[in-house]
Amino acid sequence: MSNTAKTLVIASAVAAAVAGSATTATAQAKEKCYGISKAGQNDCAAGPGTTCAGTSTVDYQGNAWTLVDAGTCTDIELPAQADGTPRKGSLEPLERDLPA
Amino acid sequence: MSVSQSEFRAALLDPAAPVPEGLLDDQARPAGRRFSVYRNNVAVSLTEAMHQAFPVITKLLGPQNMDGLAGIYLRQHPPTSPLMMFYGENFPEFLAGTEQLAHLGYLPDVARLELALRRAYHAADSHPIAPDALAAMPPEDLMQARLGFAPAMQLIRSDWPIHAIWRFNTDDGAPKPEPVAQDVLITRPEFDPSPHLLPPGGFDWITAMQAGQTIGRAFEATTARTPAFDLGATLALLLQGSAITSVTIERPET
Amino acid sequence: MLDDARRQNRLPTAPGVGYKPQHYAEILAQPGPVGWLEIHAENYMGDGGRPLAQLRHLSERFPISVHGVGLSIGGEASLDAEHLARLKHLVGWLNPASFSEHLAWSTHDSQFLNDLLPLPYTDATLARICDHIDQVQETVGRQMLLENPSSYLAFSESTWSEPDFLREAARRTGCGLLLDVNNVFVSATNLNYSPQAYIDAYPLDQVGEIHLGGHDEDQDDHGQPLLIDSHGRAVVDPVWALLDYVLDRSGPKPVLIEWDNDVPDWPTLRAEAERAQSALDRIPA
Repeated sequence: MSNTAKTLVIASAVAAAVAGSATTATAQAKEKCYGISKAGQNDCAAGPGTTCAGTSTVDYQGNAWTLVDAGTCTDIELPAQADGTPRKGSLEPLERDLPA
Repeated sequence: MSVSQSEFRAALLDPAAPVPEGLLDDQARPAGRRFSVYRNNVAVSLTEAMHQAFPVITKLLGPQNMDGLAGIYLRQHPPTSPLMMFYGENFPEFLAGTEQLAHLGYLPDVARLELALRRAYHAADSHPIAPDALAAMPPEDLMQARLGFAPAMQLIRSDWPIHAIWRFNTDDGAPKPEPVAQDVLITRPEFDPSPHLLPPGGFDWITAMQAGQTIGRAFEATTARTPAFDLGATLALLLQGSAITSVTIERPET
Repeated sequence: MLDDARRQNRLPTAPGVGYKPQHYAEILAQPGPVGWLEIHAENYMGDGGRPLAQLRHLSERFPISVHGVGLSIGGEASLDAEHLARLKHLVGWLNPASFSEHLAWSTHDSQFLNDLLPLPYTDATLARICDHIDQVQETVGRQMLLENPSSYLAFSESTWSEPDFLREAARRTGCGLLLDVNNVFVSATNLNYSPQAYIDAYPLDQVGEIHLGGHDEDQDDHGQPLLIDSHGRAVVDPVWALLDYVLDRSGPKPVLIEWDNDVPDWPTLRAEAERAQSALDRIPA
């Protein structure tokens, strides 16, 4: 791409972005805060549901934790590989990792 | 019989440890389960903090799994600062290192996204440029312009569809995630941070701009790797998110 | 020791409430008898965003009490200098009407345990917390109010009663006291002493602020009642009665309602403040 062409591409991208952001500014006015405001609050009370019971409200099993089938991760289907090995990092990466 | 704080703390975090001697009830008998009030308080409050800090991870795994994981995490990584708003910063690495979760490879990046949302929420305030400050510039100046960004702006690169996973667990009716890599831009127009899916190349371009490159140079480098890079869409996300806080122009020396 | 010019506690003798962000709009619109607000210092130590913007706005309308929950004044190690600097910064820009912390520890070996942990009342503890209070008051540039804890157990090594310990700490450092009446009731029940006797022995003239909150009921190994300072419900009648007992002896004081878990809607919390106003109204000015 020539410098002139590049300059034109950039200028028109900026113009489009500015025009676009002007029309959506009001749509942004009502954002949700997704509960972030409640996360990580310090307070000076006993934790919710604290009792003097040894194990009834708190899992003291330490490293004996076992994953049980629960939560929405069971709805997100990411098929295992044919040989049954975990499919960690299995998603198709974008081309960005290829040399330029 | 004196009880040191080392001893007290060790017994707090290890439920198998005996209650330290020298702690008594109202009739000078051993404190017994009265000590568990403190034990439970530490465990319950930190577990609760982890649920609130990572609502999407909690939804993905279910609250019961999150309870168990938090119980291990809080003993391996108790807070190192009294600011609970930043608790959990090692959680992505912890998830990555937990063998039973190896088949859910996206979890660490989703946790990074949730940490970044909280960082954005508490980041310093800043004043965005007027959007037409860019539009009013002669094209030659634009090429030479450098941008400053809001402290609240956050970038997360992932090999997983973390934006789609986040939406699937946050917005009613959001579609199921498709297996693609996604980069996320978090912006905070005024006070509420929100994550946005970046178009291909957007992450590279913003990263280059953060490193102090000009718009022209960053564009060149980005399109060399991602020919389809959409600068307009990337800029629109930044402008709508009040993420650009300064434009400076350095004219070429003659 | 602080000189008189720096004894700057300026809370009104009115009811206050512990501020929760979900009540923001209603507090401003319908404060009822609420004359001041208390915040937990640590929640306002971020760099910006909504928490600080709300606090700035509220502070134009209400006197603010800054109540620290993470300084670990009773810690065996030195105070966390970084945290102390954050506290100094917050108190510096906000210029609150009052500043308070707890007789407790929560940090050890740089681990913060997110709970107010108990201390033995010994000469060594007293010397340590007085050093720490001196350091806090010097750094922050303000008088500090020191709050009595809720106790679930006792230390065999303790040689001081809690009221005497607090009185001596105030005498040595010039700090004021924050009397948590619910904590007195909880500790008195758990450790089997008379809450009225505790108040009789307590230096009420040093009190700059009173706290009230709800507690939960449990039992220890021997079936004895064990009360837990949950701040998750309304203040119970015997604690209101103990407040009357205190106010009859101390005269009017700023009275705070703390409600931190299962936070109710604003009208419910305001009703608690109204009850505190009634308690203040019944004592002769």
